[in-house]
Amino acid sequence: MFEALTFLQLQQYWWIIISLLGGLFVYIMFIQGGQTLLNQLSDNETEKTMLVNSLGRKWELGFTTLVLFGGALFAAFPLFYATSFGGAYWVWMVILFCFIIQAVSYEYRKKPDNVLGQKTYEAFLYINGSLGVVLLGIAISTFFSGADFALDDNNFVHWQGASRGLEALLNPMNYLLGFALLFLVRIAAGMYFISSIDHAPIEAKARTMIKRNIVWFLPFFLGFVAWIFLKDGFAYDAATKAVSMVPNKYFWNFIEMPVVGIMFLAGVVMVLLSVFNTVFRGKSCCAWTNGVGIVLTVMAVLLAVGFNGTAFYPSTHDLQHSLTIENASGSLYTLTVMSYVSLMVPFVLAYIAYAWRQMDRVKITEEEITAPDAHNY
Amino acid sequence: MLYETAASVDWARAQFALTAIYHFLFVPLTLGLSFIVAIMETLYVRTNDPQWKRATKFWMTLFAINFAVGVATGLIMEFEFGTNWANYSWFVGDIFGAPLAVEGILAFFMESTFFAVMFFGWDKVSKGFHLLSTWLVAIGSNLSALWILVANGWMQYPVGMAFNPDTARNEMVSFWDVVLSPVAMSKFLHTISSGYVIAGLFVVGISGWYLLKNRDVLIAKRSMVVGASFGLLVSLFLALSGDESAYNVAQKQPVKLAAMEGLYKGETRAGIIAFGILNPDKQLGDDRHEFYGDIEIPYALSFLGYHDIDAFVPGLDDLVYGNEKHGIEPAQARIDRGKTAVAAFKEYKAAVKAGDDTAAAEARGVIEANIADFGYGYLEKPEDIVPPIALTFYSFHVMVGLGSWFILLFLALLYLTMANEITRFRKLLWLAIWSIPLGYIAAEAGWIVAEVGRQPWAVQDLLPVGIAMTDISSSSVQTTFWMFAALFTALLVAEIKIMLRQIKIGPDGGDH
Repeated sequence: MFEALTFLQLQQYWWIIISLLGGLFVYIMFIQGGQTLLNQLSDNETEKTMLVNSLGRKWELGFTTLVLFGGALFAAFPLFYATSFGGAYWVWMVILFCFIIQAVSYEYRKKPDNVLGQKTYEAFLYINGSLGVVLLGIAISTFFSGADFALDDNNFVHWQGASRGLEALLNPMNYLLGFALLFLVRIAAGMYFISSIDHAPIEAKARTMIKRNIVWFLPFFLGFVAWIFLKDGFAYDAATKAVSMVPNKYFWNFIEMPVVGIMFLAGVVMVLLSVFNTVFRGKSCCAWTNGVGIVLTVMAVLLAVGFNGTAFYPSTHDLQHSLTIENASGSLYTLTVMSYVSLMVPFVLAYIAYAWRQMDRVKITEEEITAPDAHNY
Repeated sequence: MLYETAASVDWARAQFALTAIYHFLFVPLTLGLSFIVAIMETLYVRTNDPQWKRATKFWMTLFAINFAVGVATGLIMEFEFGTNWANYSWFVGDIFGAPLAVEGILAFFMESTFFAVMFFGWDKVSKGFHLLSTWLVAIGSNLSALWILVANGWMQYPVGMAFNPDTARNEMVSFWDVVLSPVAMSKFLHTISSGYVIAGLFVVGISGWYLLKNRDVLIAKRSMVVGASFGLLVSLFLALSGDESAYNVAQKQPVKLAAMEGLYKGETRAGIIAFGILNPDKQLGDDRHEFYGDIEIPYALSFLGYHDIDAFVPGLDDLVYGNEKHGIEPAQARIDRGKTAVAAFKEYKAAVKAGDDTAAAEARGVIEANIADFGYGYLEKPEDIVPPIALTFYSFHVMVGLGSWFILLFLALLYLTMANEITRFRKLLWLAIWSIPLGYIAAEAGWIVAEVGRQPWAVQDLLPVGIAMTDISSSSVQTTFWMFAALFTALLVAEIKIMLRQIKIGPDGGDH
């Protein structure tokens, strides 16, 4: 089946999968968003424990999606994996630290004799939810702003500055996506709390929080969209593979690939609609609409940066060293083999949805959390 | 070396070793304990006996405490391939990435999805679905191990690929050769069974403590039976898989086998050193004796390595300097061929740039003829192929010695518990408790044998670690090394304290 596809088609297929995984990962980062809200949405320890438990039942999915995203990039686009992780060393190291401290925090937070104390683990969750998310947004934003690397004849990466990725923090435009992401995942977390916790005070606070965060989200998101639409983009010629700067490249990508453009618009509308329904119509059904909206929007952004003759990881040191889905991918054979493995993805998504549904059929209540034999985080 | 740098390489190796060692403190217990918990829950579902449910929930809580750090360190390892070993990531990503992606799709999601059901679903889903979830967590955890060990097996014995000079990397040509490589399979079986043994030791040790304290006796005895029978079965299997593993090492990594046994001069009918202290003054090629006070089991090494007591086992001197009589060429010959391949690769690149098809084809032919020794082209001298001998030798012997002890321990504990005599043998119960750390020591020693024993190679014969690492200053890697060391140590201390407290609280303390 996949043998019938051309090398380019397989590369495109895998970029679509990476984009889908990226979208799913951003959605699942509602866990991180929720971690920044633990104090804001709770008035007492029981409420905080309800919030932590609600997120704690899902935190592993976030980790797994990140690992899969990394694994799929490694396998499908190994040159990106080597270039970005090896080159932008410090940014990734800080992100990794943010994730290590999250992993233990749920399980250890309330355990007796936990050495570091409950507050420390809550601080870890906050750091992961805020710094981790903003840095991830900044790292993804370098897909549009470029990075300072060169590749030699062996395709080995040589980063040009000593700051090794931290220079991305000096570009104010990169913060637009970083903060847009932060407020987006907080909104998603609010909707998730409403759908999974049966507790009126938390619900009321979550709705107010969503209303405030959409006000913060929109300027950053619209600023990011305006920036990428107005800036010159990194394009490559299909025949010569030469990379050049093209005015408004990303804007034209959305126009020239109408499916991607519609996907982007539909995603944004779904996010806004879910916020409207939650805040103004008092609905509690919107976590899924919001989730689909986020996945579609992020997918569209990633498709726009990888397709239509666009270099998805541009080199600001030398344009010709930029990475494209054609020069950064695995071999024809590997992509073919992995494409068969990818057929498992719908099955995996189906059982995740089933287990999630089974677990969330009954919302978390105060009684459940305070039961003597409850396994609480 | 390509980059600055022995210092950078050493720090990068140290950092990866640190992460792997910490990771391997947590994961083996997860692998085995998940099955023990699943077995106990199955007994609960079949008998409807609430005591089995109590036992299941108790061991499940300890499983969860351990699980979290295993996940965190695992994530770091995956990304360290990119951050510290960027050149390696590119060189092998086409092959190594595939098992990692399969691991993510087929194993991690299973583990993480059903983990939540296992802990929070007791009153939310049916008994049957809950039991299924517990088994799926166990299967998912072990499937993760399968895929990562397939990738590791490929690094020990690279198969199923071809070097592509146009992309300057190895590319997969047979997925099944990579997955079904005998080295990958034996590594998988040996590694997971070592994890099962650790879990068995963990359960019998803690159960022993309850019996000594005369607390929760029924649950402790039941756990002792499950832990000891599981442990006995898997420790016997561990010995068998160890034999298979050593056979593979002899065939594919003879230098590692020689280092494991401190064998400098090759021998026919070679014996295994049951005990011996390495002579620290001993150098390659000299005539000093290798050991002080060695005790040897005759013929055993020939049999272990080649399943033939008359077989010749090459020593380090033979492998470094050659042995004409036994048809072993000196390492220098491989270095020369490797340098020829590396030079031809440069010529190929230049010819392609210049558009000279004839020169490119010629250079490509030279590369293909010498590709098996490509990595040797980056070594400076024949002695570079020898790993740290003392570390490899002692680790191997510690691992084998402890493995034998575990079989005896499980056997004794199982027999005495079944005979309802176990509480009379208090010293044995103390030995069970003290054997918990021994299980970890054995597993870490095994990891050292496998990974230190294959140095200097990141990928056997193809890519030395000096070339595999990221072009980065040693100070950066040094800084992150200490950051990781501090963080992992803090987490380890936290975990041990929490674990000890939960054990003290016991099954009756509820799920705190």
